[in-house]
Amino acid sequence: MKFGIVVFPGSNCEHDCYHVVKHVLRQDASFLWHKEKNLARSDCVILPGGFAHGDYLRCGAMAKFSPIMETVSRFAAEGGPVVGICNGFQILAEAGLLPGALIRNRTLHYLCQDVYLRTDSNASPFTRKIPHGKVLKMPIGHGEGCYYADAKTLSRLEVEGRIAFRYCDAKGNLDEESNPNGSLKSIAGVLNERGNVLGLMPHPDRCAEAILGNEDGRILFESVIGR
Amino acid sequence: MKVRVTVMVKKGVLDPQGKTILGSLHQLGYKEVTDVKAGKLLELSLPKMGKAQLEKKVKEMCDRLLANTIIEDYEFEVGE
Repeated sequence: MKFGIVVFPGSNCEHDCYHVVKHVLRQDASFLWHKEKNLARSDCVILPGGFAHGDYLRCGAMAKFSPIMETVSRFAAEGGPVVGICNGFQILAEAGLLPGALIRNRTLHYLCQDVYLRTDSNASPFTRKIPHGKVLKMPIGHGEGCYYADAKTLSRLEVEGRIAFRYCDAKGNLDEESNPNGSLKSIAGVLNERGNVLGLMPHPDRCAEAILGNEDGRILFESVIGR
Repeated sequence: MKVRVTVMVKKGVLDPQGKTILGSLHQLGYKEVTDVKAGKLLELSLPKMGKAQLEKKVKEMCDRLLANTIIEDYEFEVGE
């Protein structure tokens, strides 16, 4: 399987993603510069974390107009699996490939810590191997990760089972204490209508091998391989 | 021509920046302030053109890039 990892000016997690798919999971991978227009026959597209275009104006606001995003949109519309991690999630939301928006953390602080996630939907190529309700531990590192969508959108997401991950405690209970950034409904990750596009603020790419002390993120990549 | 675009967080959307500034003002003794909203001010320079055309263009810029209408409202003012 071939992964295409999009690189914007200011991306900084592209090598983490590359390392996981290429060296940990032994898959094919290549970087895709944001000015490119083709995906180099990738079977899965990753939008990595970072600060695309310096996060100027709003996170992801400029990246959505990068030439490659048109091709990524088309790929997604055809059912191709696309995952946006952290800044990648912000870009997918700005581009309208995912609903809602990511705003300033309620504490105003940049947060760099481990969080627990409850998997609420395994109806996506990235979550299909995760048992429903399974709690995963993953790191976050963001200043603008507070998920916002209007009430109508939120209830639609819930009804349609498109909330992939929610912040929770170690046992999977939802409470405000375990919600690090003030996200509505404790949302940490959402899916598009078809389920093939996932955006999440936590970093599965930073916890996919034993040497890092945590392998919980690996199952997202394993899920998409060999579908 | 100059156009001043003001982008503000929509009513009902969390504005932690505004809340923090409000807290600081209270700490300084300005207890009469009841709310603060923090936004952005953008100043655009454009060649001279008709008002209708200009307004249409700026609105398009706001909707496409300058504001995210899921979380923000905008207004603009045309100067000299």
